[in-house]
Amino acid sequence: MSALLQVRGLGRRYGQRIGCEDVSFDLHPGELLCIVGESGSGKSTLLNTVAAQQAPSSGSVRYRQRGGGWLELGALGEADRRRLAREEWGFVTQNPRDGLRLNVSAGANVAERLMALGMRNYSQLRGIARGWLERVEIDPARIDDAPTSFSGGMQQRLQIARTLVTQPRLVFMDEPTAGLDVSVQARILDLLRRLVNELGLAAVMVTHDLAVARLLAARTLVMQGGRVVETGLTDQILDDPQHPYTQLLVSSVLTT
Amino acid sequence: MTAALMLELRDVGKSFELHHQHGARLDVLRGLDLRLHAGECVVLSGPSGAGKSTLLRVIYANYRASFGAVHVRHAGRWLDLARAMPHEVLDVRRHTLGYVSQFLRVIPRVPALDIVAEPLLQAGMDEREARQRAGNLLHRLNVPERLWLLPPGTFSGGEQQRVNIARGLIVRRPILLLDEPTASLDAANRDVVAQLLAEARADGSAVLGIFHDEDMRDRVATRLFLMQALEAA
Repeated sequence: MSALLQVRGLGRRYGQRIGCEDVSFDLHPGELLCIVGESGSGKSTLLNTVAAQQAPSSGSVRYRQRGGGWLELGALGEADRRRLAREEWGFVTQNPRDGLRLNVSAGANVAERLMALGMRNYSQLRGIARGWLERVEIDPARIDDAPTSFSGGMQQRLQIARTLVTQPRLVFMDEPTAGLDVSVQARILDLLRRLVNELGLAAVMVTHDLAVARLLAARTLVMQGGRVVETGLTDQILDDPQHPYTQLLVSSVLTT
Repeated sequence: MTAALMLELRDVGKSFELHHQHGARLDVLRGLDLRLHAGECVVLSGPSGAGKSTLLRVIYANYRASFGAVHVRHAGRWLDLARAMPHEVLDVRRHTLGYVSQFLRVIPRVPALDIVAEPLLQAGMDEREARQRAGNLLHRLNVPERLWLLPPGTFSGGEQQRVNIARGLIVRRPILLLDEPTASLDAANRDVVAQLLAEARADGSAVLGIFHDEDMRDRVATRLFLMQALEAA
């Protein structure tokens, strides 16, 4: 099976400071990869650089398009980058307010990305939006309400609906469950888990929570100080950590 | 006709290096050879600390072997799990190698029935039939129907263990690894598990397991594999 994404020797510096350095991995269709590590380890920098939201300082990211051709993301113009983000990718931010449009209705938030793909039929858009609200367990009666009237957990579910409605081939997620109550978090994890299975999503997800990685990701990449210190199957990393930093991370988790 | 060889371990060793315990090194397995054939049930026996569970995990590859080879017959060819790529290991687990641990890993909000049906869904079965089969197996394991639609987080230890067994056995895999799957079960339910294992073996599955209960061990084992703790290095 051919990879969807090939990351090779990727680095991103901020002046002298290292954001991330010498990162390589492949992502295959249908695969969810977690990037774990503590704050400041370079997880989000890596995610944003892979997702072409910022330019790499070194190395390359290659993406296999829907048509089958490879794109070198570093050489991509702004227009092409926007087209990919619109047509083939999705991005779920930690704070749903960064990913939603707060001044339009919930339904419009979901429909907007479809309209950007050229769908214009109002009743069809509304029907799809309604279906997605149900799918993420938001009462469809709230379709005309603004997301500002939603709780944090609802906003996050709305952002997930808005992102996935276009059936992206590749989704980037930055701590989608951080900052939510545990009960709300469980609901979102359950939702993501089902959608990942149903839609066969390929995704790269940043999390500091090892239990989230265990639940969702077949493979995990551990970062420390901007570098990948260990990579493998998630249960190998968590059950039999090799690197001192991974051992410290795993042994620091509270169990109930 | 001799039964097909399904799993072959050669010179397997496993050590743990504990970087935060003053670099302590634990040698748990060394120079271990084992062959497992279709239709047999080999029970690992030996004292606590002999590395029985470690061995099962090395085979399932959530522990990485430090030495040696773990050859599995998978999709008509041999693959060394100690050297396999992550996607190969996943493929082996999906189709060839099942593992039932002592404890159910509970997933918040997911009902027992869906936990059991999930491996069937992943294998491509439609949802109705998968649920139907999951229900049948839970029924056989005496998990009351009123519990099926509840997440097992609040179930008793024995109930959780039966959900776990159902999940582990619902897809017929050629090799089954069992780590004390009957520890919290009463006699009636141990009987059911023994029957399920006999059926799996009759279908050609090879079973490798740990059973502390002697009665259970005598019922299911076709052969014992003795293990001893390594002397402290």
